[in-house]
Amino acid sequence: MMTSLLYGGAGVILFALGLWAFLVYEPLLRKLIALNIMGSGVFHLLIAIAERGALAPDPVPHAMVLTGIVVAVSATALALAMGRRLEDDDDAR
Amino acid sequence: MLDSLALAVSVPLIGALLVTAVPGRVQGLGLLAALATLATVGLVTAEVWQQGSLRSDLGGWGAPLGISLAADGLSAALLAMAALVALAVSVYASGYFSRGETETHFWPLWLLLWAALNGLLLAADLFNLYVTLELLGLTAAALGALTGTRAAVEASLRYLLVGLLGSLAYLLGVALLYTAYGTLDMALLGAAVRPEPIAGSALVLMTAGLALKAALFPMHFWLPPAHANAPAPVSAALSALVVKAAFYLMLRLWLDVFAPLVTPWAAGLMGLLGALAVFWGSWRALRAERLKLMAAYSTVAQIGYLCLFLPVLTALPAGDAREDLLVALLLMALTHGFAKAGLFLAAGLVQRSAGHDRIDDLGGTAQHMPATTFSIGLAGIALIGLPPSGSFVGKWILMRSVIESGQWWWIPVILVGTLLAAAYVFRVLSRAFNLEPTPRRFVTQARTEVPALLLALTSAAVLGLAARPLWRLLGFEGGL
Amino acid sequence: MNLDQLLPAVIVLSSFLPGVFIFLLKEESHLLRGVLNMTGAIVKVLLVGVMIWGVFHGHVYETRLTLAPGLDLVLHADALAVLFATLSSVLWLVTTIYAIGYLEHSPNRSRFFGFFSLCVSATVGVALAGNLLTFVVFYEVLTLATYPLVAHRGTPDATRGGKIYLAYTMGGGALLLVGAVWLQALSGPSDFVHGGFLSGLHPDVWGQLVAIFFFLLAGLGVKAALVPLHGWLPQSMVAPAPVSALLHAVAVVKAGAFGIVRVVYDVYGVGFADALGLLTPLGILATITILYGSGMALTQDGLKKRLAYSTVSQVSYIALGASILGPIATIGGVVHLVHQGIMKITLFFCAGNYAETLGVHKVSQMDGVGRRMPWTTLAFSVGALGMIGIPPIAGFVSKWYLAMGAVEADAYWVLLILALSSLLNAGYFLPILYRAWFRPPPKRWPEEHIPAGRFETMGALLWPPLITAAFCLVAGLFAAAPFSPLEWATLIARREYGP
Repeated sequence: MMTSLLYGGAGVILFALGLWAFLVYEPLLRKLIALNIMGSGVFHLLIAIAERGALAPDPVPHAMVLTGIVVAVSATALALAMGRRLEDDDDAR
Repeated sequence: MLDSLALAVSVPLIGALLVTAVPGRVQGLGLLAALATLATVGLVTAEVWQQGSLRSDLGGWGAPLGISLAADGLSAALLAMAALVALAVSVYASGYFSRGETETHFWPLWLLLWAALNGLLLAADLFNLYVTLELLGLTAAALGALTGTRAAVEASLRYLLVGLLGSLAYLLGVALLYTAYGTLDMALLGAAVRPEPIAGSALVLMTAGLALKAALFPMHFWLPPAHANAPAPVSAALSALVVKAAFYLMLRLWLDVFAPLVTPWAAGLMGLLGALAVFWGSWRALRAERLKLMAAYSTVAQIGYLCLFLPVLTALPAGDAREDLLVALLLMALTHGFAKAGLFLAAGLVQRSAGHDRIDDLGGTAQHMPATTFSIGLAGIALIGLPPSGSFVGKWILMRSVIESGQWWWIPVILVGTLLAAAYVFRVLSRAFNLEPTPRRFVTQARTEVPALLLALTSAAVLGLAARPLWRLLGFEGGL
Repeated sequence: MNLDQLLPAVIVLSSFLPGVFIFLLKEESHLLRGVLNMTGAIVKVLLVGVMIWGVFHGHVYETRLTLAPGLDLVLHADALAVLFATLSSVLWLVTTIYAIGYLEHSPNRSRFFGFFSLCVSATVGVALAGNLLTFVVFYEVLTLATYPLVAHRGTPDATRGGKIYLAYTMGGGALLLVGAVWLQALSGPSDFVHGGFLSGLHPDVWGQLVAIFFFLLAGLGVKAALVPLHGWLPQSMVAPAPVSALLHAVAVVKAGAFGIVRVVYDVYGVGFADALGLLTPLGILATITILYGSGMALTQDGLKKRLAYSTVSQVSYIALGASILGPIATIGGVVHLVHQGIMKITLFFCAGNYAETLGVHKVSQMDGVGRRMPWTTLAFSVGALGMIGIPPIAGFVSKWYLAMGAVEADAYWVLLILALSSLLNAGYFLPILYRAWFRPPPKRWPEEHIPAGRFETMGALLWPPLITAAFCLVAGLFAAAPFSPLEWATLIARREYGP
């Protein structure tokens, strides 16, 4: 129980830190990293609640985290591609 | 036996793959996929009409492990609206984009967006909702940047980031709910949720995330540039469908999942934000210099209108009056979907023909394109809420319920919103009367003008006069 | 669904469908457009004729479409509805002929005639509306259909006039909507019924009923041009003459006045309205409007503006009739709905003829027009004398019944108002007649568009005012004949006040 609380609490703190960074910092890359940290925070929480003491861990949160990672990767990629487009545009001027 | 719910999601998905695989024939294949999707959605709607609600477990795996799809009257109606709008957008797009790279990129993303939308409307559990919500956000942002102009890419990037933030807030809420109740199925959660802090936090997080995606005031700042800079068919889909999807989800949460938690104060807060959105969005629409920007701000106001229903819905006891109000809300959402799509499609034609969309300089163009100007006018009628549009019926029932529930202070909000909407719509329409030579004929480019006109006509006349089936679709008394 | 249930809807659609087709026509299709216009107009008049016969013999014509639980769109033909429907369909026919002649060479005719047809469909819808919801629906559609007609010419003036028109009517529409919805929240869904349907409500809500009345009155008063809500009417004079004729005589102002009559008699019931103390404020408002409109008309040099202020004044006779308790005043008010319509449309047709033929727009330019255009001026004189209330023209009948009604109700102050107002009417109409008939014509007219030929102007412009002027005479001379407006108004009053 203690470990799951620790992990879960850390997850929530990570989420809050990421949110703060997302709102405060302007550059795209920092915003993206902040979003990914927020995502990691949620994944932390999900993995923490998968623990069910002596029983086998709950597989559902695991599946959610895996899917979530895939979504986060593709979203990051799209955002990076758009950011790159803007930078190319700047260089061309 | 093929499952209509699964088909409604998989057919557009297969279409997206096909147009990616055969880029030489995007247009034909894309239109074919659009028609096929409409057919599957028709099937879902017909089954809901007969059976009330549907549910299916994909691959025979039920909750909690498998993925379930479900449909009821609310989702079926929105699904059908989305399909009709999307078909019109598809036909329009086939005439709007010139052959080339833009068109090759448009169709796969567009069909993917449609698949995500259908998935969202049919998802039965909160995590699948998250996945479809993300998919919707990603495709929408990519489509918004399709023209590749700097303004469009910047606006879409901002849209994407804001959308991701909203999704993560939503996902954290989902995680909290799973922690507390060990299930993600909406029906099971609805029965299990109790008014306690963890559920309350989840409600706040999820609502905030979705409000960000639905562009509820004051979280609307990203919408106007994103919607105004996208190509017209995309703007139409974004404003009419994607924003509505986030609102739909919010509604589901408030009415089905979190019903025991929703206090009059919380609902009143949503109503207040809605009222501010109505004022602010309408005012900015009135001041907008460009037609598409006006349409985008009007979307902000319309989302506000939908939120005005929440405090009244919460205040009414279960019964006929509440059911009527719920249908009125749905009717309003459907009408706005059709109207806004028609408006954006028409605005795109005006912009294409004039080379710009500055409202003050539109005179000649508006007069040269009678059918398009009519589309703007009809869509405008629906946005204002004048009879015989669906939003007139919706507004009538809303006002009646407002009076019956004693919350009369929403009446001035509705009136001011109506008058401001009339002001911004007629500001555009008054340009159509000037001393330019008479246009030769009513319709000039059938393939793009007719879809816009039909959408606008549906919003302004059909939905208001033929709303009764909605009661039956939602399983309420008083329908056909 | 039998024929009696379809007829009201068919009557509304008989001008709506041609209107839709006209929009789709190419601009050059003059002939087809004319045929569509005239067919619609004639079919409508014939169908209304059938309805008059049926209603007189006690047939019930009702179309009902349920929009939502508790929200029915009802078209119902009672005697009052038929009166207004007849007025609009007959005058529409005449105005269509006039408009085809008037706009012969102007641009954008498909758009004009399309909205023209929608406008009349909406007016007939207002006439046949069987409950407040339906009334509101058609009332708003009327706004939407008339706005493009007011702004039609596209000049900066027209755009401005259109904007002012919209600002007033949209604001009024919103207030009317609040009143109608509030009323439904109190009384449940109710159709118009003789004697009203509110008197059974609990006295606790009477205060709310008074407030609702003022919401409704404000909404209707905009279109009926009650002071201080009349500002749009003189401004919308920028519209082409057939539009002004229709706006002033039939469609818009009448829709407002008709609505007031409906609300007083068939929503509140005149007795109950009196008990709530609503008739006195209505009467005061009508009186102020009558005197103010006439006073303003005196000072106008623009002919159409003078006529516009005259409309402001004259339409309020209808409201005045409704504000006096008693069947005779009711007859006077209701019959004026028709009489004012035929007289005012004659005057506007004539004003259009002067402008179109000679370029005469102002009263000061009218010296001697009677010699150049005797027939038009004759029609104008009939209309003007009728407005003043000279027997045997229609206007006299209205004023006579209003006066008798006032005596019956012991409201002697009304006699004073009527006398004063007739004096003012004479004050702004007689100088025009004097100039037209007795002053010598100028050497050159301002802009003579149509030279004098076999007729003084084009036939399509000349016949309509002559026909409507004849109506004014016939309605006055044969007021006691069966199916005259007066007899019909008497039938209405009898049904309103019950046995």
